[in-house]
Amino acid sequence: MDIEDDPDYDIFRDDEDDPDAQISRENDSTKEYVVYLVDASSKMFNTTCPSSSPQEEGNKEDEAESHFQIALSSISHSLKAQIINKSYDQVAICFFNTRERKNLQDLNGVYVFNVADRDYLDRPTARLIKEFDNLEESFSKNIGSQHGVMPGTRENPLYNAIWVAQALLRKGSAKTVDKRILLFTNEDDPFGRVTGAIKSDMTRTTLQRAKDTQDLGITIELLPLSCPNEIFDISKFYADLIGLEGDDLVNFMASAGNKLEDMKDQLRKRMFTKRRVNKFKFTLVDGVSIDLNSYALIRPTVPGSITWLDSVTNRPLKSERNFFCADTGALVEESTTRFHPYKSQNIVFSTKELSEIKRVATGHLNLLGFKPLSYLRDYYNLKPSTFLYPSDESTEGSMCTFIALHRSMIQLNRFAVAFSGSSSRPQMVALISQDEVIQSGVQIEPPGMHMIYLPYSDDIRLIEERYSDTSGAVTKASDDQIKKAADLIKRVDLKDFSVFQFSNPALQRHYEVLQALALEEDEIPEIKDETLPDEEGMARPRVVRALEEFKTSVYGENYDEESEHGTGKPTEASKKRKAHTEYAMKECENYDWGELADTGKLKDLTVVELKYYLSGHNLPVSGKKEALVSRILTHMGK
Amino acid sequence: MARNKEALLLLLDVGPSMHYVLPEVEKVCSMLVQKKLIYNKYDEVGIVLFGTEDTDNELTTEVGGYQHVVVMKNSKVVDGDIVEALQQLPRGTSDGDFLDAVIVAMDMLIKKFGETNKGKKRLCLITNAQCPIKDPYEGSKEEQVTTIAKQMTAHGMRMESIIIRGTLSQDANKEIIDENDRLLNIFSKETSTRLLYVEDPISLFGALKTRNITPVTVFKGDLELGPKLRIKVLVYKKTQEEKFPTLKKYSDKAPQTDKFATHEVKVDYEYKSAEDPDKVVPPDQRIKGYRYGPQIVPISSAEWDAVKFKPEKGVKLLGFTDSSNILRHQYMKDVYVFIAEPGNTKAVLAVSALSRAMKEMNKVAILRCAWRQGQSNVVIGVLTPNVSDRENIPDSFYFNILPFAEDVREFQFPSFSSFPASCQPNKQQLESAANFIKMLDLAPDGKKEVLLPDFTPNPVLARFYHYLDLKSKHPDASVPPLDYTLRKITEPETNLILQKESVVDSFRRSFELQGNPLKKPRRLLRDKTSDEAGKENITAPPANLIEYKSVKVENIGDLTPVQDFEAMISRRDSPDWVLKAIKDMKNKIFGMVEDSHEGDNYPKALECLIALRKGCILEQEPKQFNDFLKHLYNFCQEKNLQSFCEYLASKGLTLIPKTEAIDSDVTDEEARSFLVKSESKSD
Repeated sequence: MDIEDDPDYDIFRDDEDDPDAQISRENDSTKEYVVYLVDASSKMFNTTCPSSSPQEEGNKEDEAESHFQIALSSISHSLKAQIINKSYDQVAICFFNTRERKNLQDLNGVYVFNVADRDYLDRPTARLIKEFDNLEESFSKNIGSQHGVMPGTRENPLYNAIWVAQALLRKGSAKTVDKRILLFTNEDDPFGRVTGAIKSDMTRTTLQRAKDTQDLGITIELLPLSCPNEIFDISKFYADLIGLEGDDLVNFMASAGNKLEDMKDQLRKRMFTKRRVNKFKFTLVDGVSIDLNSYALIRPTVPGSITWLDSVTNRPLKSERNFFCADTGALVEESTTRFHPYKSQNIVFSTKELSEIKRVATGHLNLLGFKPLSYLRDYYNLKPSTFLYPSDESTEGSMCTFIALHRSMIQLNRFAVAFSGSSSRPQMVALISQDEVIQSGVQIEPPGMHMIYLPYSDDIRLIEERYSDTSGAVTKASDDQIKKAADLIKRVDLKDFSVFQFSNPALQRHYEVLQALALEEDEIPEIKDETLPDEEGMARPRVVRALEEFKTSVYGENYDEESEHGTGKPTEASKKRKAHTEYAMKECENYDWGELADTGKLKDLTVVELKYYLSGHNLPVSGKKEALVSRILTHMGK
Repeated sequence: MARNKEALLLLLDVGPSMHYVLPEVEKVCSMLVQKKLIYNKYDEVGIVLFGTEDTDNELTTEVGGYQHVVVMKNSKVVDGDIVEALQQLPRGTSDGDFLDAVIVAMDMLIKKFGETNKGKKRLCLITNAQCPIKDPYEGSKEEQVTTIAKQMTAHGMRMESIIIRGTLSQDANKEIIDENDRLLNIFSKETSTRLLYVEDPISLFGALKTRNITPVTVFKGDLELGPKLRIKVLVYKKTQEEKFPTLKKYSDKAPQTDKFATHEVKVDYEYKSAEDPDKVVPPDQRIKGYRYGPQIVPISSAEWDAVKFKPEKGVKLLGFTDSSNILRHQYMKDVYVFIAEPGNTKAVLAVSALSRAMKEMNKVAILRCAWRQGQSNVVIGVLTPNVSDRENIPDSFYFNILPFAEDVREFQFPSFSSFPASCQPNKQQLESAANFIKMLDLAPDGKKEVLLPDFTPNPVLARFYHYLDLKSKHPDASVPPLDYTLRKITEPETNLILQKESVVDSFRRSFELQGNPLKKPRRLLRDKTSDEAGKENITAPPANLIEYKSVKVENIGDLTPVQDFEAMISRRDSPDWVLKAIKDMKNKIFGMVEDSHEGDNYPKALECLIALRKGCILEQEPKQFNDFLKHLYNFCQEKNLQSFCEYLASKGLTLIPKTEAIDSDVTDEEARSFLVKSESKSD
């Protein structure tokens, strides 16, 4: 199937039509091979941590989760994201410190988890996700856990695990594929229980194994879990294994988390490979310009594209597009001329002329000036913003200029206005400097500038003025009403709101359905719609009281009557419609419709007459005469 | 009369004080009519000029007075004639009285339409309002204007007043201007009048709404603050991109003689089975498939409808939060506006109270919206207050859609502080950047903001409509250059820069000096070949340099190019390093060969070439090396450096053949013979 192997298929693809962007994308590696390597020692099962998520108050489960559960659930999360977004990635799931063994080299203490119809390292499938979700129950029976390296043994499961993972990642060239091992463990000192020569020997061989693996172009990343009263000490062993030094080490320590949410966050961040959309120059004044890379940090994710299938064979169809001349019916090549009617002529343009019209600026991004941030109104927006970061190939001078500008803009509270001369839609943009935001060691907002696309006057509509009151001033709220509103706002406060917190219920549902269908299950599990208001929270007495007080201050005591009246009041248009229907009903009675239908004389009536029947019977009145006639006949059951 | 068909009278001041701005007025008014010819071709337009030398209007013949007002075009359905008239407005000789023009125009509309067409009659006044209006026969000017304004409202006329001020106005009597402003303000209060002051030609271009779009309600219903409190609101789009017109594909197949040819090209899609390319599968035999991992899951529309996500229609409050929790760049789409149901005073009050409280407390509201019943998705968004400062405009909210968790890609970027000291601006540089920002101020104190989006026209569309009109007269016309006025949108204002040349120069000096270190070493090499180490890093303090080199190599130096190259190409923190290493190495080799004196650099260049070759094989980039070697060879031929090629051949350097790197398209034979053969050829 040719569609399936299409490497261009990518839900995150941006529709920038810039040829540069295409090239740069090809250079970056687009596929990833990932081995999830999970420690299954008894310590992973015995250590627990509270799974509280502080934002959702009504949802407090005090059940503790083991580290092993945390690892499994974050991997499951990540697999689901991968099958949706990057389904050409290949994954393998591998446990170590296991009782059973299953791997190509037949090494002890390592178990590669897999499902039918799939290689160890392969694209994630619906079945893999499904069975992985149910793995926990059967784990002790089929795979089993055991202690890590114990005194008196010569077995080194960690060494074996890295070897197995390396062997799994043997396929594919390091040039086109990113290869990674993600290691989940809570044991900061895997050889802590052995001593002397055995310890140093094991340490040495394991580090050597890891180095050999890295030399093959495979990255090893560590996702450590800290025990509640004992911080994961990376310097004991793993710093050497993954090759951390100096500052990196300090940063890494801070980011080691112990909560499920933290782990999910970390994993999610690591699963994203940075992709540049475009590369261009930002001209500040003649002679000073900055090399920039642009990135799409926020773009709507939509359900994957549709593939048309033959409903008999379920095989994909190929679509073919043909052009033909509407006048002669002759097949034509895709033409390079376009036309637009104007003053009863057809004005013809060549595509070259059309692109010339759009070339209104020299250069990609020209600085026009600066304005205070408060001048950037909330309605200056058209589409998702684009993130700008100085190019890593850029000269030091360019980097320095960017940083100076970035810092001064933040300090002076200004944004830059620039003109972006892209070929698809040249337009003014606002550039906002964003300072780096780091929370508990994790970068929340990267440093750089956000490019916001500004509307033109042609794009802005004057809705408020349209509803201005010609009879004079409109009433504005009194101070007391504003105070009541303020009380209400204080009561219904979302303290830690962040845009990351809601999943798109439509998308979740979409993929739940697909997963169920792919596995041929009868029942589709219900998803939880996280976007619904917190009803329990809203029913808290203090909130209810604040709502009531606000209501009374604005609507008085008779809100309920008021609202009923409000909807009952017919508008000008609805009165007209009603009168029209009544008229039609009356007119409608003047005809013997049954008779007309039987004798086939309906078609002799005018459209206006036919519509009497239709509007008299609340039927749609759209369409051509034939459609009206057949609609009447259908309605009469003839 | 067709729905939405409007009658518009343009009231244009052509008096002497307006002459310098008339070219802009001509452009914007003709564009307005050009657009009507496309989008509202049944609309009527008329032109009334004032400040003219002559007098020609019905009122003057009927009752006298109304001097220097000329009805240039009576209201008629738009055509090319009106466009042309607007492109060549006469220059008047007397001071214009805008009130006379308004009365003449109202009279025209009343005579033509009477009481009909309420709300579809529009006056558009463009003047600088610098000249006094005449005193009325009885009562004060204020009373006269109020009476006229009442009449206007009674007849359902709307007015747009564009008043030209600021840099565009010349010396004028302040008293007269103040009086006129007061009078114009009466219109704005008493009628549906948009009163705009513009101070530069771009704003004049953008101030006149050239296209009438009837807003469509996105949602009409309750804003649910809680189960028991609902506010009646209407939701409209506040911004929506006006797209470049869609042009049809043109076919020239129809015979020249065919007067009724449509010249259209039709597109036909056919779906064919993969096994049998001749078999066309009819629509009813097709089924949609969605990809899920390696599988494609077939699902029919009916099945899909049964199981898909179906939210109830409604707009629900999730809660309020600090405005700082939402970042500006998280706004996803075009913007909506929430207004209270017109006429529902309680709803207006509720919206007003909430939006004022939110503004005071710096809060925003988070809403969940399903605009229509049967819609298959919901949006989460942020409601921000829009407190009105005009008496007759109610308070409202703006609403922006926020991303879902799935829409955010959390790429990580290095902190700026992690860059070497040479990338960090010093105090003087920061200062000159700050001065530069202050100098290029588009909203200086006490002056009107320039490039306000609300008043900035789309230069591409303006150019298109201009060209379209041009082509209708001269089919072979080439694309006209961008209008001078519009160029101020796409390029920085040169005046602003020229005024404060010293600030710009100091900015330029602060940042320009460092230039492009990628090119510099070559020039430096020309003076001396050895002992240049670290010269391109001259801006970095030496202590930092050492540490920085030991951590990560970012440039290939002159002292140890091979080692630098190897370190750089094996960096794994970004795939770009490989290509950069190869590119830098190539430059280095070129430099060496070019600057060589009697072959003194040849051994070093060979060393680098061998390292590059090895690197390219390891990283599977054989083409990079092969192309480079061929290029180098040609270069040597041109520059009389054949001795270098001979040297390479003698040392046995070859292209990378397929046997060494699978991606290479060079055979063993070719690889071996490349330099040898060329040698013999050059003999």
